Parts: sequence; structure tokens; C-alpha cells
Amino acid sequence: MHVCRGICRRLVRWLSIAATGVLAAGCGRQYVVLHPAGPVAASELHLIETASIAMGVVILFVLGLFAVTVVRFRERRDGSGPYAPAWNGSRRLEALLFAVPLLIVAFLAVPTVSQTFALDRLPPGRHDLVVDVTSFDYKWLFLYPRQRIATVNYVDIPVHTPVLFELTADSPMNTFWVPQLGGMEYAMPGRVLPLYLEAGRSGAYAGRSANFSGVGFAHMVFTVHALSPGRFGRWAAAVRRISPPLTMAGYRGLLAAGEAPRASFSSYPPEAFPRTSHGFTLQGGMYESR
Amino acid sequence: MIEAKQSRVQGQMPLEFRDEQDTLAILGFWFFLGSDVVLFSCLFAVYAVFQSRVAAGPTPSQLISLGPVLVETVALLTSSFTCGLAIAAMRRGRLRSLMAWLIVTMLLGAGFVGMEIHEFAADVAAFGTWHQSGFLSAFFTLIGTHGGHVSFGVLWAAALLLLLLRQGLTPRVARKLYTFSLYWHFLDIVWVFIFTVVYLTGKIT
Amino acid sequence: MTNLMAQLFPPSVLRPMELGADVSIVFAAAALLLILTRRHLWGWLWREWITTVDHKKIGIMYLIAAMLGLFRGGVDALLLRTQLALPQNTFLGAEHYNEIFTTHGTIMVFFMAMPFIFALFNIAIPLMIGARDVAFPRLNAISFWLFAFAFLLFNMSFVVGGSPNAGWTAYAPLTELRFNPGVGENYYLIALQISGIGTIATGVNFLVTILRLRAPGMALMKMPLFAWSALITSSLIIFAFPALTVALALTVLDRLFGASFFTIGHAGMPMMYVNLFWIWGHPEVYILVLPAFGIFSEVVATFSRKALFGYSAMVGSLLAISLLSYGVWVHHFFTMGAGAVVNAFFGVSTMLIAIPTGVKVFNWIFTMWGGRIRMTCAMLWQLAFIPTFVVGGATGVLLAVVPGDYQFHNSYFLVAHFHNVLIGGVVFGLFSGLYYWWPKMFGYMLNERQGKWAFWFFLIGFWVTFFPQYLLGLEGMTRRIYIYPRGLGWSLPNLVSTLGAYAMGIGFVILVYSIVYSMRHRELDLTGDPWDGRTLEWSIPSPAPEYNFAVLPKVSSRDAWWATKHAGARGVAVDEIGPVAVPRNTGAPFMLGLCFFVAGFGAVFSWWPIAVAGLAGILSLLVAGWLREPDDHLFSADEIRRSEAALGRLKA
Repeated sequence: MHVCRGICRRLVRWLSIAATGVLAAGCGRQYVVLHPAGPVAASELHLIETASIAMGVVILFVLGLFAVTVVRFRERRDGSGPYAPAWNGSRRLEALLFAVPLLIVAFLAVPTVSQTFALDRLPPGRHDLVVDVTSFDYKWLFLYPRQRIATVNYVDIPVHTPVLFELTADSPMNTFWVPQLGGMEYAMPGRVLPLYLEAGRSGAYAGRSANFSGVGFAHMVFTVHALSPGRFGRWAAAVRRISPPLTMAGYRGLLAAGEAPRASFSSYPPEAFPRTSHGFTLQGGMYESR
Repeated sequence: MIEAKQSRVQGQMPLEFRDEQDTLAILGFWFFLGSDVVLFSCLFAVYAVFQSRVAAGPTPSQLISLGPVLVETVALLTSSFTCGLAIAAMRRGRLRSLMAWLIVTMLLGAGFVGMEIHEFAADVAAFGTWHQSGFLSAFFTLIGTHGGHVSFGVLWAAALLLLLLRQGLTPRVARKLYTFSLYWHFLDIVWVFIFTVVYLTGKIT
Repeated sequence: MTNLMAQLFPPSVLRPMELGADVSIVFAAAALLLILTRRHLWGWLWREWITTVDHKKIGIMYLIAAMLGLFRGGVDALLLRTQLALPQNTFLGAEHYNEIFTTHGTIMVFFMAMPFIFALFNIAIPLMIGARDVAFPRLNAISFWLFAFAFLLFNMSFVVGGSPNAGWTAYAPLTELRFNPGVGENYYLIALQISGIGTIATGVNFLVTILRLRAPGMALMKMPLFAWSALITSSLIIFAFPALTVALALTVLDRLFGASFFTIGHAGMPMMYVNLFWIWGHPEVYILVLPAFGIFSEVVATFSRKALFGYSAMVGSLLAISLLSYGVWVHHFFTMGAGAVVNAFFGVSTMLIAIPTGVKVFNWIFTMWGGRIRMTCAMLWQLAFIPTFVVGGATGVLLAVVPGDYQFHNSYFLVAHFHNVLIGGVVFGLFSGLYYWWPKMFGYMLNERQGKWAFWFFLIGFWVTFFPQYLLGLEGMTRRIYIYPRGLGWSLPNLVSTLGAYAMGIGFVILVYSIVYSMRHRELDLTGDPWDGRTLEWSIPSPAPEYNFAVLPKVSSRDAWWATKHAGARGVAVDEIGPVAVPRNTGAPFMLGLCFFVAGFGAVFSWWPIAVAGLAGILSLLVAGWLREPDDHLFSADEIRRSEAALGRLKA
């Protein structure tokens, strides 16, 4: 059993390395989903590759069978060619056609379930940075509860540190998506949803909303800067020192529909997250924010 | 279709099942009721989710007073019984008794709806409109949808009376009475769930 | 007065494009009116079509509506693709783009695919199972007119009041009044509600028809697969559509009556809308695709000259898919924080659907194995379907892998996937059915040569459109954005995709041309069985007489007509012919639809007197129809004998 699993795992790894090679050679860096910059995105890509290979095999097999069938049994002008109209059922064959897809599904279900659970929690023994994210019409507000600073439309994070993004909205729904760091999660009014992401190397990563939220939706973009921990500390200190505070009046200004330029704030009113000026309070949310 | 109809005519079948087209209508009506079950299930699910979402409005236990609801319940359950009596009378071909029980059913139904409207008006006067909270919206919608169904049923019963007066007890009228009774019992069952899920549970918790 | 004008004609309906459309509609309508008047066709239109309760004619009317829907939805698609062809394009503004993608999706699902499916149900199902009509012919006409007036109401939006703009899914709280004032969303909510009532009635109608009106001897397991798919689709409709009814109704209560279901404030819960929508929405996907599966099962057997392979497995897999379809809805929003347990469950349940679907694909291939495959247009769509749908299904499995979906959700990968299955599955299937049953509907064939041109343009256009969209998804492009900057690598795939969309458009134009051409150069089908068919609809003349079957067929095996033909037992025995009653035409369904339209229009603008007038009309029509005795037209045995003799159908 163990040996078998080992072989399987190695096979998948080789195939996925090969597939990545092919894809990377064929595709430039614009394929952000295929160029992860952190462990979350990498593990998602790994699963995508595994599933793609399994599905690729299925597709090739079915297409091959299909092509052979169509060519072999096409009607010819002279009426020649094989014809066996009586063959219209075979229990064994059908059982096989049921069993093989079942095995493929089982093969995919196991890593899917285990990864789904793994990505939902903080890796053991690690400390995280918390960033509270609120989407507005049509801008993003990022609050750093430990650093007590806030930014608009950009978010700086330290590398090699899991970041817990706590997402909510004071607007129609959006999703928070930074493809190179990992998959998305909804920012919904009245709820706070958690999303762990981590940058494996420093750089600037594009993020955008993936859920339609109105006229300015296409402009709901932001940038994630992954900095070395030292630089991140210096940046946070500088924001605290230099930037103006975000007042409640300023917060209400963000609520007005429209785009906003990038901004930094040295502090923010405590009510800004997760209770907001629309007066909703978190109820029945499945995730307890700290 | 004629030959099919003729082959179906059997003396011992109840009146409403004697005609092929009528048996189709009854089957179709069952499926419609199945669809209505899903509709109410969705509304119950919405209610279950919104039960605790009271915002600044009243909680279920503040809103609900069981007294009038018990009277409403008795009225509706009794009407289901009288509706059954009406169908029993129909099976025995007793037109006057059928119409009498149908009228009783209708009056009980109308009384139920009247009391419910009165309750709603009192609730709004005491606690304000459903705008206040998700809970109030879900409460009024679930119970109002049932009440709307009952009101429609009362109108339906009135139309049935008219039909009985004009056409007497033909197989086709018998089928319409029968589908009405299915509808009426169905509303009774939905009310039992409303009484348990909304009123009893709401009062206890 | 100015207020009223502003409400009726907001700036969004006064853009040049909308006005241009209005003008062309006016011209087209005027031309139509002129032709109808000149040729004295009004009476004909009323007697033969508007008041008809004949399932075959209702089917044809659904088909015309579906083609109109395909045209409107297709034009929308081309406008969207034109805007996205180039980066920083300014062809459409954000608001305009949002309206167009909303109407594109809504029309394609509700006013193209659904009526197309009902068209083929109406035309083929009663004939296939050997019935004289559906169980409730008048209800059938009511369903159609509710649908038709709902379609009209929805399309009114760009003429008066403004189009809906929150996507075909209309997620709350984007539809909340303060984020979405104006009447556009009301059009969406109320039009879908009206057509939904008709749809549920159609579900009940076909369920009863198939369960109770099959020809003597046709046990369920002897039914053609298309009838099976209609049976299962109907039950899906009955048990899924109420969830949509509730989702839409509660949104209406929020918007028009001040309730707080899906609002941001007042403890509303927008996510509840999403749940309700997809509790309907996923079964809806199968409501769309199962009929296509049924069509393919008929077409593949006929054009391979071979019985369907693995009949019971085909039936079983339909049932399995329909049951599983109720247990997968959360996969539309894995990223909405339901938690790992829920996501894992729904991920795996979604993957399970691949198993019965895979069984079907293999069985279609094995039906061809050992057969003689004739490359007719109907069969070409089937042959294009298998590889296309396999790829679409495979990318569906990728989306079911939950962590993968975190990267794919709402990206162009998703857009490519669902077009891959909805076009590759549903539309290809409907086109196949269109070519297959056309002679049965009209008595003449569609031109095969032109049909092949349409096919290749559409198929190649399809792949050129949607393959680049998979790549765009991997490049991080999200759906529903109207503009994108240069330098992200999105420009080339978008341009290619747009070219493909135009090729599909050309395919559609050729198809329409071919229909018109075939109407004018009629290549008649005098046999009633042009494809050497297997099922009962091919046993009667094309087009089918009003009473369908002179004598109800007796069925003893699957592929009943094939068996009859090969036993040499064609023709109708004179002495078996008896009188047939068919329901008389009635204008009530049309009037009922009209009243729904009036009530709906009043509700859209919250002009309550108009809405109440419409409702009063609805109620009085219902009561009037209900008090009336059923009114049948009797075809005497002699009449039927004469008409069958004229068609050369009587046994010597």
C-alpha cells in the first residue's frame, strides 16, 4: 500500500513537473495562476496540475476512442465496412466504464478534501499577520489591527509570513483575489471571512475583485507588496509617523461610490471594522473574528 | 381520446375518477402540490435562517402571542375536518349536505384569514413594519404566503359553490371539489408546521 | 409629467444604440403589420396560431421565440466581445456593458434555451410516446403565452425604463434599491417570475403526459430516451423552480415593498439569495442539458442505424444525474466561507456527477461502434458535441477541486467552462434536434449543404472563442469587467476570442438563411420517415395531422417504429379508425398572458392601479375558464379515414 502510494506520488510529481515545464515554456509570466509566488498558490497549482493530468488522460482516451469509432464506422459510399447492429449492451464493459471513472474521482477526491482542510487553517507553529479588508464601491480598505495603520488600494505584507486576511464589505459583494499568492474569497457585507495567504518571495503582486459589484467593478484593483520583514517594519513605522489619521468622516467618504487613489493612514477609528456605518453587526457569521 | 375515455368508465370508481381527463387533472394537481411543498420548504428555510436576525426589531418571543394563534389553529383544523365531511357527502351524492359543509369550511377559512389579518395589523401597530428586520420580513412572508393560499382557497370554495348551483354534481365538478380538498388539507399540514416551527419554537426559545 | 418621462426614458434607453434598435424594431413591426394586413392574414394568425392548443403548433411558436432569443442574446454577445476585443476600448461604457452582459445571460438561459427545449418537447414528446396531445392542452397554451409575454416584458426594458444590470444571477445586495435604483431589475425579477409560472406548469404537464398518456404497451423501460429525459427534466422543473420563485419574490418584496431579506442593513442576509438562487440554479443546469442528452440519444441511434447502447444504464445515469444535481449547489460559491467540511462535501458530490455523465458519453460512442454513421447535419452536431462536452466536463471537474476553484472562480476559466458545456452540450443538442425534427414539424427538409456551412462556422468559431478564454482565466482575467489595461497579456487572447465570436455569428446567419432558403425551395418529406427513424413520430406523416395518430399504435418493444417497419406492418387498418376528440382553440391563454403582461408592467413601475387591473383580468379569466364546460372538436372516423387515405396511409 505504502509502496504503491509512493510510486503514485512520484509519478504524479514527475508528470506535474513535466506539465509545468511544458506550460511554463509555452506560457509567459502573464499566466499568473501558473506562476505562484507563495506556498498557498503553489499548493493550489499542484492540485490543479494533478487534476489536469488526470482529466487530460481522460480526454485523450475518449477522443481517441471517439476518433477511431467515427472513422471506422462511417458510412461508405459502396456500403462496405463493418456493421454489427445487434451489439447494444455489455454488462462487463458498462461495469468497467462505471468503475474507472469512479477510481479517477476517488483519486482526485482524496487530495481535494485534504487540501481543502489544510488551506483553511494556519500552518501549525507559525505566527501570522492580520489584515482586515473591507471592500467599498469601488475601492479596498486595509486595516492592520496590530500596527494600527490603514491603507487604501494597496497592502504591504512581510514575506515568509502567513497573512490572515479578514474580509468583509460595506458595499455589494466582491471577491479578494491575488492570483500569485493564492485563491480568492468573498468580501461580503455583514460577514467576516478568513483567507490565509503567504508570499514566498518579495515583489509586487496584482490583486483585483473577481465578483461583479457595479459600474466601477473593473477598477477594483489593488497591489500587494511583499517586503522583507525588516522593510515591512520600517514601512509600518513610517506610515504611523507621517500619514494622516483615518477619521470617521474620512471613512464615510470612502463609502461614497467612486474610485479612490492609493492612500495610507496612521490610525483608524475602532468602529471601522467589522461594524461599519451602514449599521450592520455581525450575526450568524461562520467565522469569529478576533 | 374517446375510446380511452370509454374504456376507463367504471361504475365503482368514485365520481371524480370516472373520466380519464379528470384523473389526469388530479395527478397533475398532486404534482403541483409537490411544487408548492418545495416553495414552502424554501420559505421555512429562509425563516429558520432569519429567526435570530432581529436587528432593532422584536424577537420571536416578543412578537408572538399564542392565544389568538390557538384559536386560528382550531378554526383551520376544524375546517379541514368539515372539508372532509363535504367530500364524504359528495361521495354519497348528497348535494345539500355537501354544500352546507363547504360553506362551513369556507366560513372557518375566512375567519382564519380575518384573524390573521387582525394579528398582523396589531403586530405592525405594536412593533412597526417588516422593514425593521430580516426576522420580521421572513415571519410575515412565510405566514402571509400561507394566509394568501388560504384566502385563495376561500375564493375557490365560493366558486365551487357557484359551480354546484349551476351544474350540479357532475364528474368534472366532483374532480374540482376533490382537488380543492387536497389543496385545503395541504394548507392544514403546512399550518401544523408553521404552528410548530414558528409559534411554539418561537415562544419557547 | 417630466418626472414620468424621466422614469420611462432614463438616459440609458436614449443611447444611440438603443434608439437604433428601437427604430429597427418599429420598422420590422410595421413591415410585419403591413404584410399581415395586405395579405389578410390576421384571421389566419388568430385562428391558426394565437388561439391554438395543438402541441405541435405551440412547439413551433416556442421555436420561433427561441430563435428570436438566440438572435438577441447573440447580438448582446457580439457587442460584449467587440468591447473586449482591444485593451482600453471605449466602444461600450461600464453601465452599457453591465446591462448587456446581464441581458445576454438572462436571455440565453430563460428565453433561448428554455423555449428551445420546450419547443422540442412539444413537437416530439407526444408523437414519440404515441399520444394525441399533452395531458392539458389549454394549460400548455397558457404556459406558452406566459412565457411569450414574459419575454416581451423583459425585452421592453431597453425601450422604456432601462435594462437590468446586475448580471443574470442578480446577486443581492447589488440589486438592493439603494445600489440599484431604477426599474431595470424589476423587469428581470417580474419577467422571470411570470415565465417561471409557465415553466412549472409545463413541468407538470409533461410529467403527467409521459406518465399517463403513453401508447398501449409502452412500458417506461420501452420509452425513447428523449421521453425519459423529458420526464426527468419535468420533475427537476417541478422541484427546483419554486426555489427561484422564492429568491425572486423575496427580492421583489425588498425592492418594491420595503422588506429586509437581502439588504445590507436591518439584519438582512444577502448570502441567502445566493443559496436560494443556486438551489434552483444547479438543477437548472441539468434541466437544460438533460433534454440535450435525450436528443443525442435519439440522433446517435438513428444515424448509426443501431439501437442505443446500454439503454438501462442510460436511463439510470439520467436518474443519477438528476438526483445528484440537488446536492451540488454550493460549488457555485466555494469561496463564500462555508468552511472546509461543507466545501469538501460539495466538491466530491460534484465530481461524482462526472461518473454517470461519463457512462453516457461512452454509451453514445458504443452506439456508434458497429453502426453505420451517416454524416447528416443532425449527426454532425452530435459528433461535435462529444469532444466538446468531454472537454467542458473535464474542466468542470477541475472547478470541483475546491482549492483549484479558489483560483478559477469568477475568472474567464469559469466563463469558458460554462459556455463549453452550455453551448457544447445544450446548444449543439438543440441544433441537432432542430435538424432532426424539422421535417416532422414542417413537412420539408432543411438544406443539408448550407447546414454544414453553418455547422463548421459555428463549431470552429466556438473553439476559437472559448479556448482563449481558458487561457485568460489562467492569466487572472475576471468575468464581467468591461475594460482592461495593456500589458497583462490579455490583449491577444481577447482579440482571438472576439474573432471566434464573429465566426459563430456568421454560423447563425447562415443557419437562418438556410431556414429561409429551405422554406422557399421546399424539399418535401413525403414518407414521414426521412431519416429511417426508430421511434413512433416517424410512423406518421410529416407534418403530423392534427389528431396525430389515426389509430393509437400498440407497442411491444423499444424503438417501436423500427420494429414495426421491419415486421412489414406499416399503414393504418381502416376498421380500427374511430372518432378523435381534440380540444377546441381558445383565445383565453393569450388573453391571460396579456393580463400577466399588464400586471407585470404595472408592477415594474410600481403603478399599482395598472397592476391591479392586470390581476383582476387574470382572476376573471381564470374563473371564466373554470366555469366553462370543456369544449372538444370531434374528428369523425370518416374524416380521419379520408385524410389518411389522401396521405396514402391506409393499409391496402
